[in-house]
Amino acid sequence: MDAKTFDAKSLLDTLFDKSILFKTGVDGLYGRSGVFEDVIERFERLVTSIGAPDKATRIHFPPGMSRATLEGSGYMKSFPQLAGCVHSFMGGEREHAQLLGMMAAGEDWTELQQATNVVLTPAACYPLYPTVAARGPVPDDGVLFELSSYCFRHEPSKDPARMQLFRMREFVRIGTAEQVCAFRESWLERGKAMIESLDLPCEVDLANDPFFGRGGKMMANNQRDEGLKFELLIPVTSIEKPTACLSFNYHRDHFGQTWGLKFADGSLCHSACVGFGLERVALALFRHHGPEVEAWPASVRDTLWGN
Amino acid sequence: MIDRIRALLEQQPMISVDFNTITDDTNLYDAGLTSFATVQVMLALEEEFNIEFPEAMLTRRTFSSLANVADAVSRLTQRAA
Repeated sequence: MDAKTFDAKSLLDTLFDKSILFKTGVDGLYGRSGVFEDVIERFERLVTSIGAPDKATRIHFPPGMSRATLEGSGYMKSFPQLAGCVHSFMGGEREHAQLLGMMAAGEDWTELQQATNVVLTPAACYPLYPTVAARGPVPDDGVLFELSSYCFRHEPSKDPARMQLFRMREFVRIGTAEQVCAFRESWLERGKAMIESLDLPCEVDLANDPFFGRGGKMMANNQRDEGLKFELLIPVTSIEKPTACLSFNYHRDHFGQTWGLKFADGSLCHSACVGFGLERVALALFRHHGPEVEAWPASVRDTLWGN
Repeated sequence: MIDRIRALLEQQPMISVDFNTITDDTNLYDAGLTSFATVQVMLALEEEFNIEFPEAMLTRRTFSSLANVADAVSRLTQRAA
């Protein structure tokens, strides 16, 4: 994996050849080797240890979440193209026979399925906000959570850094504008130092979410104008277009308004989150330090496996 | 022009702004216009005036007041003429 072959295809092929990732027949869905998982586990430990002084409450939500919660979040306004809704067969024996007949004939049998109450979680923090709101008023010094979940985004790609099912670890701060901005600021510094301790080249830049359509272009422009999103970028499958591996987001009172997150005096809470794309960080490590983890630089091995 | 825009926006169910209380220069975002409602404003204006906002004009500033909207629409209708 030298500079001449710095592209998505060669990285993915190398990972397949070395049995670090395994094909499943669908772009963006891969099996992971024990070594790959070990790298992710070690990186998660590093994240948790750096965040430990903040004493976050850990919650692990499953990769499927309430459809009603996703609908209420406004996700379909901004990212309808990325969402995934779980459908299941709910018919009787007659419909079952029809389904098998259609399948055998190579016809589209999925129309015999109906939407369930489950959607695939698009970001680790989406199930959190209504959970916090249901607990009543947010205390004056705010709250902090550490989350981890598999997430789904419908964007099939041969770029291994753009998987359809991937893990995201997140810290989410809910509180006053000052509290959540201070939180984001501290992670902008800590995140960069953390990635540099893994001997990876990186830069932090202003960013925007992939909002849908032309209207989304406007939302993206606004998001940039207001400096609401920053990303930590590492070259993984391209030098020119480095991959966002960490993101630092200030939501203002968007989720406060959406879910009625309030302090005891009735004022709306603001929120911010820092997200770690776990597969992307692992891919960056394999890309820059090679497929054999035993051969990674001693300082990197010490940071990940040292304790 | 500006009255036509005001009347058009008043009809939009997604826009929760009380147009009785705002002047041509009132900041619409301060008056409660959301990012998503701005998209509805854009689509309604494009249909009403048969125009298309280029990407460079899709900014918060373009839609921040009735006067700014009227300015943008008149530039685009002149371009189309």
